[in-house]
Amino acid sequence: MADAGEPEGPERKDDIVKAKQEGKELTKEEKQRLRKEKKQQKKSKEKKDDKPSRDSEKEKKPASAASPAPQTPTQPPAQKAPSAAPAPVPVPASETPSAADKPAKSKAELKAERRARQEAERASKGKKGDVGPQAAPGKPKAPPSELQPVVKRLPEHVQVDNPEVLKKLAKKLERQQIPLRSDYGYKVSLFSHLHQYSRKAPLTQQLGIPSTVIHPAIVRLGLQYSQGIVAGSNARSVALLHAFKQVIRDYTTPPNEELSRDLVNRLKPYISFLNQCRPLSASMGNAIKYIKKEISNIPSQCKEEEAKRKLLNCIDCYINEKIVLAAKAIAKYSIEKISDGDVILVYGCSSLVNHILCEAFEKNRKFRVIVVDSRPRLEGREALRRLVQKGINCTYVLISAVSYILPEVSKVFLGAHALLANGYVMSRVGTSQIALVAKAFNVPVLVCCETYKFCERVQTDSFVSNELDDPDDLIVTRTGTTQLEHWQEVPSLGLLNLVYDVTPPDFVDLVITDLGMIPCTSVPVVLRVKNVDQ
Amino acid sequence: MELQAVLMAAGGGSRMTDLTYNTPKAMLPVGNKPLMWYPLNLLERMGFEEVIVITTKEVQKMMSTDPKMKLDVKMKLDVVCIQEDGDMGTADALRHIQQKIKTDILVVSCDLITDVALHEVVDLFRAHNATLAMLMSKAHEFTETVPGQKGKKKTAEQRDFVGVDQSGKRLLFMANEADLEDGLSIRKSIMRKHPRMHIKTGLVDAHLYCLKKAVVDFLADNKSISSIRGELVPYLVRKQFSKTTNCPKIKDDAEDQNQKKNDGSTNHGHSSCLSFSLDRSCWNDHRGDMSEAYHGGKLRCYVHIMDEGPCYRVNTLAAYIEANRLAPKLFEEVPVHPSAVISERCQMGSDSYIGAMCQIADKTSIKRSTIGNSTTVKEKVKVANSIIMHGVTIEEGCNIQGSVICSNAVIGRGADLKYCLVGNGQQIEPEGKDHWHEHTP
Repeated sequence: MADAGEPEGPERKDDIVKAKQEGKELTKEEKQRLRKEKKQQKKSKEKKDDKPSRDSEKEKKPASAASPAPQTPTQPPAQKAPSAAPAPVPVPASETPSAADKPAKSKAELKAERRARQEAERASKGKKGDVGPQAAPGKPKAPPSELQPVVKRLPEHVQVDNPEVLKKLAKKLERQQIPLRSDYGYKVSLFSHLHQYSRKAPLTQQLGIPSTVIHPAIVRLGLQYSQGIVAGSNARSVALLHAFKQVIRDYTTPPNEELSRDLVNRLKPYISFLNQCRPLSASMGNAIKYIKKEISNIPSQCKEEEAKRKLLNCIDCYINEKIVLAAKAIAKYSIEKISDGDVILVYGCSSLVNHILCEAFEKNRKFRVIVVDSRPRLEGREALRRLVQKGINCTYVLISAVSYILPEVSKVFLGAHALLANGYVMSRVGTSQIALVAKAFNVPVLVCCETYKFCERVQTDSFVSNELDDPDDLIVTRTGTTQLEHWQEVPSLGLLNLVYDVTPPDFVDLVITDLGMIPCTSVPVVLRVKNVDQ
Repeated sequence: MELQAVLMAAGGGSRMTDLTYNTPKAMLPVGNKPLMWYPLNLLERMGFEEVIVITTKEVQKMMSTDPKMKLDVKMKLDVVCIQEDGDMGTADALRHIQQKIKTDILVVSCDLITDVALHEVVDLFRAHNATLAMLMSKAHEFTETVPGQKGKKKTAEQRDFVGVDQSGKRLLFMANEADLEDGLSIRKSIMRKHPRMHIKTGLVDAHLYCLKKAVVDFLADNKSISSIRGELVPYLVRKQFSKTTNCPKIKDDAEDQNQKKNDGSTNHGHSSCLSFSLDRSCWNDHRGDMSEAYHGGKLRCYVHIMDEGPCYRVNTLAAYIEANRLAPKLFEEVPVHPSAVISERCQMGSDSYIGAMCQIADKTSIKRSTIGNSTTVKEKVKVANSIIMHGVTIEEGCNIQGSVICSNAVIGRGADLKYCLVGNGQQIEPEGKDHWHEHTP
């Protein structure tokens, strides 16, 4: 709702291509642009220098074909890092160098260049002045447009290998006085569009020690994120909300400013800082959206003390409703699904799944648990500790043994980092493998996820949007020898430490949320209902 | 505000009385800058804007007249004077300024010369919500011969036994050799929680501590603790593992939920929020037993041990000489101050530093030495490996090697000093031959 009337120019060109591909109805302006493009192509064909113009055409086509691809997976509006205009810039940029390379520049090519430049300018101007619904038919989104008159424009995802995007990010961080964290080590080429940071180079190295720009609670939080002390979707969101509570408590409205506007601006650099420490999760993004909405809804005549009290109350309510009570509700539903004599398989350490199992054990269900773990994080050890401390009968295996142990298993309970709008489950790397093997053995897979982790992003593979952890974590010392210690010196060696992967809905049998037990494909319905509520 | 810096500059320099009986330790020249300039520079480089300086009236007077302090130090210095002979320990001094302290503090000693990346220490303090974070460094051997002492001095140095856990960050055990009567005893509760402990003895305590505000409040109530290093730190380290969940004062974070809203402190209620999120986090600082992160303890002490890089505490004569050798290199001092007058036929080594308004005459040779401000060196003088402080006059034909000459001394003509220590305002008679390892206070 906040993004009404701001369709971005880059998407328009791609919309046309995509819309054509989907056979949807084109609006008048889109038709006009198509006509112009066709004319341009015809003119360059008619001229003598066929080869260079065809080349420039070919450059245009794959460029425009490539740009829809990065466009489809988008991230929740809370994601700040990349901004809008990368797509039109590469497209004419690819055309002009190709034309410049050819020895003879014909008049047609000059005209084509000029045309392309004009279109780029119009695209960037169009960004500001366009009417919202015009871009709506171009977007292949699940929620139908009749319920939502405006479709949210989700910003582009991370594009680290695009220097323009990086420059924009650097400028934005400079404006907010936050240091830029530099990438570390060689990145595997398929994932070169993602950030890869080293844990040994924290962001606080570049900050002054008594941090004045960033609130100390946020600096502490950022450190805890980057060192992995606070890890796990729920833990990170809860810690974030508590830190924001502290910020609000210490906040005073400067004179001639309104709390509702100034506080939101105050939070923006903090969010950038946290994003630099560790990329924000979907649940954090939703929490931030909620807080920003609450802050902007504060009436201007409200006194500061009362406003702060209200905000703190809102945050407490959010934590209580969306996390604590949701966990209780999910536990209640899940316990119905756990019967005596069950053998339950869990993967990694999900706070929600641990909670469910502990509750079920307290309700005297007789079951045993198999904890599956994987390197390098080995989070399963922590899950194992918590379950055994309760008294639950546990077995511990590594993920390589999953197919050997699955014949014994009756159910698989998985936690989720986020649930995407097309029903895919984003979770710790290895989850999709477990779901796949479980499907092969016909073992039911149940995913437990609170509704505040539902996200409007759409993703079908784990490459496009992921997180790269510190590659040095993969260096293991066994009896004093570290074979991979000097991996950076070998030029053809790259270490990849992925954090998340995406499981298709065919492998998931049931999603247990606080709203009930729904099939994976009903996630967009929940999102739609949530949006209407808001 | 996150951290307040406190500089302890009231120390007497009891281990180098030859140098400090006239000049207070904080103002001893090292590389032609007063000693307390170095920690102040470190704080300034890190981004501090205000420092509370606890010192004596004498030092305060000298500070206001010293040009280096006035020009180079851009921070706001809040000078608090205490009685010189009041026998105030560092903890007593903290108690004295308790009213000024509003947030967590960073206590630095005036005799610390280092270029450590302070964020390493402070990050431990922040990330683990620690009560104490301190800095230690591997001890460097002092290679220079110390003047005034015959032969290699092997002091019965009181060793510190420092026990850290496997990660090398958590401080488990700290004791001085003097306090251990017949052996090192470690409590079972520590061994149960941390079965692998590394005990190190070759470490130098840099006297740089990050302390929570609650500790200062605790000090206000417990007047028996008078020294930070000697009493407070071992107490805190011991209290990490005590059964009765620590003294209530320090653990007030968890109970003090939301009472003081306008208090700038960021700690109240934080540890309860931290434990709420840690409950859901899949992280643990140790493994192998059934307990949660940090073993559920609320009081944690951390240490950052510097492996490489300079870190000196200038509290003995040997350290002073070593510091003079190395400190100017740290800060890329200009070897010759622009206002010094040096004649052309003077041979100056590249390792030498000449202070302001010096006058060096012909045919002198100055190697590996530091010469203070307003010093006059006459012809045919050979100065090697020495430290000459301010206002000294060296007459012709002297030969000074490996010595320390304090301020305003006069070395007569033709004197021959090797490894001597000449006190303040002393006069060495001319033609004094073969002074060797002498000590004239």
